Amino acid sequence: MDFPKGEIKYISGRSFTIQGDDIDTDRIIPARFLKCVSFSALGEQVFADDREELKGNHPFDLDQNKGANILIVNDNFGCGSSREHAPQALMRWGIRLIVGESFAEIFFGNCLALGIPCLTASKEEITKLQKLVNENTSQIWNFNLKDLSISNQKESFKLKIEEGAYNMFYTGKWDATSQLLDENERINNTVKNLPYLNHFN
Amino acid sequence: MSSGTLYDKVWDFHQVKELPGGSTQLFVGLHLIHEVTSPQAFAALNEKKLEVKFPNLTVATVDHIVPTSNQQRPFSDPLAEEMLATLEKNCKSNGIKFHGIGSNSQGVVHVMAPELGLTQPGMTVACGDSHTSTHGAFGAIAFGIGTSQVRDVLASQSLAMKKLKVRRIWVDGSLQKGVYAKDLILHIIRLLGVKGGVGFAYEFAGPAIENLSMEGRMTICNMAIEGGARCGYINPDETTFKYLKGKEYSPKGKEWDKAISWWKSLVSDSEARFDDEIQLDGSSIEPTVTWGITPGQGISIKEKIPNPEILPKNEQQIAKDACKYMDLEPDKPIEGTSIDVCFIGSCTNGRLSDLEEASKVVKDQKVATGIRAFVVPGSQKVAKEAKQKGLDKIFLKAGFEWREPGCSMCLAMNPDKLEGRQISASSSNRNFKGRQGSANGRTLLMSPAMVAAAAINGKVTDVRDFLQD
Repeated sequence: MDFPKGEIKYISGRSFTIQGDDIDTDRIIPARFLKCVSFSALGEQVFADDREELKGNHPFDLDQNKGANILIVNDNFGCGSSREHAPQALMRWGIRLIVGESFAEIFFGNCLALGIPCLTASKEEITKLQKLVNENTSQIWNFNLKDLSISNQKESFKLKIEEGAYNMFYTGKWDATSQLLDENERINNTVKNLPYLNHFN
Repeated sequence: MSSGTLYDKVWDFHQVKELPGGSTQLFVGLHLIHEVTSPQAFAALNEKKLEVKFPNLTVATVDHIVPTSNQQRPFSDPLAEEMLATLEKNCKSNGIKFHGIGSNSQGVVHVMAPELGLTQPGMTVACGDSHTSTHGAFGAIAFGIGTSQVRDVLASQSLAMKKLKVRRIWVDGSLQKGVYAKDLILHIIRLLGVKGGVGFAYEFAGPAIENLSMEGRMTICNMAIEGGARCGYINPDETTFKYLKGKEYSPKGKEWDKAISWWKSLVSDSEARFDDEIQLDGSSIEPTVTWGITPGQGISIKEKIPNPEILPKNEQQIAKDACKYMDLEPDKPIEGTSIDVCFIGSCTNGRLSDLEEASKVVKDQKVATGIRAFVVPGSQKVAKEAKQKGLDKIFLKAGFEWREPGCSMCLAMNPDKLEGRQISASSSNRNFKGRQGSANGRTLLMSPAMVAAAAINGKVTDVRDFLQD
């Protein structure tokens, strides 16, 4: 499986929905699966408890959703812990784009760092989009970052994302490390001016 | 936009550069790591052939996966052992100080760092754990980060972050007897909602906050994240300085006086501008308990479980889900709800004063038949001091188990877990579905003293009934 790389301007593929507000990171990846020194196995464990409860009828288990890469969610998705295991699990299952009413802040940041855009739309729009997605799971949806839209053959939905994140996806600079390391001199200057790193002088 | 707040001042000190797109490269003064969110970050560093830039500004401990009954190495769980061994190896090869099992300073990261004096006013503190907001109790800007950011901080001692807005939460009055910091923060989260704080740093202020001990302040800031605020803080004052004086990593001698004057200069100005301000009365708050599946679903011990139908429209669905999952009936009192397990511990409420308050309730009492009750000190230091005060004996005599330090049943990454449909009275911070290790286990969040009262009566109890004198 190829993970996100470089500029992220277009994503297309099949989509499905996870419905409900306040879906927390413990549900996305239950804590017992956090016992790992590598993220590689997490894809299979995404939503493990919910899936077990639904015995094969969970959206992440349904045959029709295999290979889909766009997830449509509701309000405050990804709330709870800062664990990157949650977006990692979604990414390793195959998710490349998440559209919802709103996202928890740390989750949003973690997704950004992995190259998975999280975009928002109003409750009404999301409800409508989820309905369309659920009516026909085999249709292809096209996400266009420049237009901030997701569309099928007939309908198009306007989406939102904060400007900073937009630019990072657009320019491919969502992988922050190299950018941060460019500023070696400024980092050292900051250190020099911090009282607690200079005997409070 | 806020100005003149502690948040603004500390932010300015740590700003490395404005990045394109509106975020800031922010320097991290103290980086705390543990076994769960660091191994992949070290692996990524190795892949990129990068080194840890300031190994002396990163400090490690082990907490999430440690068993609390038998801490002999190797751990019986090979995965847990592998995580600890990986952390040991990473610390050693990168020159990072590690407070491991048997070091006398190991503990839940948000308990051990403050008690060593590592956390100080005016710092930026980052850790791959959302409850890093705890350290804001000292007047630090402290926030949880994901593993990619752990990698960034290791490599550059900085990260890309957007400046938050600042909301001041002013709490008047003083807390009643039997009402603790935990009740106050549960009340605030109920009031503002679990996502009310998204995009904000919370400044907690006012007489009721100033009256809290450092441990109470840590409880408040710890749960800022449960209200959606990535960081919460309290202006440093004499209580803060008194706590820090003489701690292992606190400034000493001449540096101490200079430190105090710098710390004082960081306090939010009297004319500081906040993006939002909220005021509430601390003296009207009662012991508070959650009944649902989010930390915002809390009620006072004297209230009834809300009827979803009469809640605001946007809370109805989650309330219905909560009633179903918790198997609790609307319009019934929460007081008297039977429980199975009692857990005192965690980064929220595993400190010495938490154990002391709980022990006052437990003294000369017996845990109700059929209840499994246990105390997990937040750190080896807490355990040692509690033993010196004889608290372990009080709990043991009453029928509690007394464990070794760790995260324990707060999050079930270790052998301490709920089983099946068990319902717990827990001093931890999250009541999410499945949080305590059983996919359908249930959690009622409350103060440690309330957990103690629940253990004695075998049901949710008003702790004030135990504190009559």
